[in-house]
This record gives sequence, C-alpha cells and structure tokens, in this order.
Amino acid sequence: MRIAVLSGKGGTGKTLVSVNLAAVAGPSTYVDCDIEEPNGHLFFKPVDVEAEQITVKIPVVDHQLCNGCRKCVEFCNFNSLAYINRKLIVFEDICHSCGGCVLVCPEKALTEKEKAIGTVQAGRSGDVQVYSGIMQTGEASGIPIIDRLLEKADNSSQLTVIDCPPGSACSVMESIKDADYCILVTEPTLFGVHNLNLVYELVQLFNKPFGAVLNKCIEGESPDKQFCLDHKINIIGEIAFDQELGELTSNGMIASRENDKYRQIFASILESVKKEVSHETIAHS
Amino acid sequence: MKIAIPVDDQQMETNVSMSFGRAPYFLIYDVDTKESLFIDNVAKTSTGGAGIKAAQMVVDNQANILITPRLGQNAGDVLLAADIQVFKSIGVSVRENIDEYLAGNLSELEEIHAGFHGHGGHGGY
Repeated sequence: MRIAVLSGKGGTGKTLVSVNLAAVAGPSTYVDCDIEEPNGHLFFKPVDVEAEQITVKIPVVDHQLCNGCRKCVEFCNFNSLAYINRKLIVFEDICHSCGGCVLVCPEKALTEKEKAIGTVQAGRSGDVQVYSGIMQTGEASGIPIIDRLLEKADNSSQLTVIDCPPGSACSVMESIKDADYCILVTEPTLFGVHNLNLVYELVQLFNKPFGAVLNKCIEGESPDKQFCLDHKINIIGEIAFDQELGELTSNGMIASRENDKYRQIFASILESVKKEVSHETIAHS
Repeated sequence: MKIAIPVDDQQMETNVSMSFGRAPYFLIYDVDTKESLFIDNVAKTSTGGAGIKAAQMVVDNQANILITPRLGQNAGDVLLAADIQVFKSIGVSVRENIDEYLAGNLSELEEIHAGFHGHGGHGGY
C-alpha cells in the first residue's frame, strides 16, 4: 500500500506526518519526494546509505554536420534551441530531455550526452527503508529523480509513505500518481486553506481516495476544519498544537519513537487509512 | 540600421511592452528608410523559453539594436551571440524611445543577469 502525504502549503506538517506514519508502521518504506528540500533523512538519520546519480539526456551539436535547417529549433516545444550566426545554441537548463531534436535532425548533427541533475539515496533506519531524492541546486525540474525514487522504492511490497513536495505542480502529480491513498495535511491558517483547496482539487482530478489530517489544531475557529466540513472531506486525524511535539520535531526526533502518546496518534491515523483503503478495494472489486 | 522594440500594438503610437518574451508584437524600425514593420510575437504563448524564441525572431529580422525595459538571461545570451546591442527604454512611448536612441540618450540595459555583462565587456556592477 502506498500512502502519499501532501499539503499544498509548505511547513504544514507533511514530513511530520510522513515520518511518523512510516515509523509506527513496523517494516515500512519512507520516500522523500520533496527533492528541492528533502528533510525526512534529518529525522531518520539512515545508515548504510547508498547514493545513485540521476542524469538526463541533453543534445550536443556537431557544428560540422549542422547545416542550419532549423528543424530542431522549430520542433522544440520549450524553445531550448536557437540558431544564431550560423551556429546552433543549446539552452541546457530549459531542455526537457525529450530527445525530439535528435530524431528530427536530417543531418544527424545532434547526439545526446548525460547531464547529472541529482541523486537518489537509499538507507535504513530501524525497520524503515529510507529513500531520499536530492536535486542539484539550480536545476529546473526534478521529475526524473522522483521517477527513479518511486521505481526504487517499488522493490518492496511493504507499506510505503510518500512525502510529497509542497504545491500542486508536476512534481506533486508525479509523486501521487501511483498512490493508493492521499493524506492532505492541513493547518488552521487562511493561507494553508487556500493551498489545501489546490491539492483537494488535484486528488479529485487524479481520482484518488483521500482524507485530511488536521495539524497544529487550536481551540476556537479553525478555517481548515471548516473547509473539510464544508467539502465533506473525511478527517482521519487531528494533531494538537503542542509545544512538546514541536520541541521533539525541532530537535530532529521522531516523536512517535520517543513518546507513546504520539505513537498512538499516528498509529490511529494509519489504522484509519488502512480501513479506508480496504473499503476502496472492496468497493472497486 | 534596424531597431527592434517589443510593443503592445501594431501602430507607431503604441507603447513599449513591459515584457520582452511575452510582448504581443515587435516593431522593426529601419532608421535609414524610416520604414516600420510590425511582427506578431509567435513566442508569446510558449510554455517556456519565450525569451529565446522572441530573441531568435529579433535576430532573424536583422535588427541591429534592441530597446526594451527588461530582458532575461537566456534572451540576453541569444542577442549577445548575434552581436545585438540592448538599450533600456525610458517612458512608454515608442516614438520617443526611437528619438531618444537616435539622440544618443538611451543607456545600455544593465539589469540582465550578471553572467551577460561579463561577455559584453561593459560589466556595470
């Protein structure tokens, strides 16, 4: 079973929920798809870490063979090629590595080279397999890193928690596409609710079963809870605004490994998800 | 000599467009013949790299200089490779900018990403 944890707004508690769910799940897999700023490893402190370099293919021009027909320039949907002063220029940073320019070149003047964009690291923390994707600073897209991460994590049939990037863009879609269930983590701020609405639309678009975990719950008015009630979103857990939890987390500790009170909160969320997913399976079989 | 300017509309009384890559049109003004040609900016709806495509158009229309309020790094690289000088527009009037350029009152655009300046030999900062 694959559980994706997303939130729209950053700092809502995706990593808190993801790390603790994986920690209480017994043998499990944690995948950090927040490749721009992965931080799950700060909590798990994995050992026996192995890193794999992730590369993409970028076109290289043989200026002797290029006759300036511009077929590649016209083909590229991302405008990463320009033909100036009888010379083809490649803008590597905006190339999406589709390989189309190489295919359309009638002179075979274009070939491809490998360009490193980041790494995938795999390690172990207790009975949790920890995978983290790390994109190199300055790279525009880390989709190939997320692809490889999820491919590697797929080796295990055990429960997998996918810690998604913030937002609702391509990298989030890539992270949730094979998930069996999505957890939307919320916080009681208007900004949080605005971005919650974006991921709420996204999981519906992807036709994923989902529920909400309300984080930093406070007394009184709570715009995120109201949003869930208004949209009939199933609330599968509530985590109180709690100084002790904040301190443990700030110190890089996994709260559910430190204190039974927290272990129970996350174990209960996990049970709710498992129940939801088994209902889904029955409903769809 | 030809001047390229990103513009909002296809007439001489229009304004300089606030965007280069996403400008609706480009004016190619021939200083010698005083002819003005308005071209549709095919790059304006690009999903990405609009600046590069727009700069390619400016180059293909044999412009010698560009007057624009701003320019990105990639477009700057294309224009640099084509030896097109870039000047910063003042105010919004297209006519005024042409006149000011001809009077020598426009200064070169300095706000492009730092990488551009190093090549130009007139690094500003």
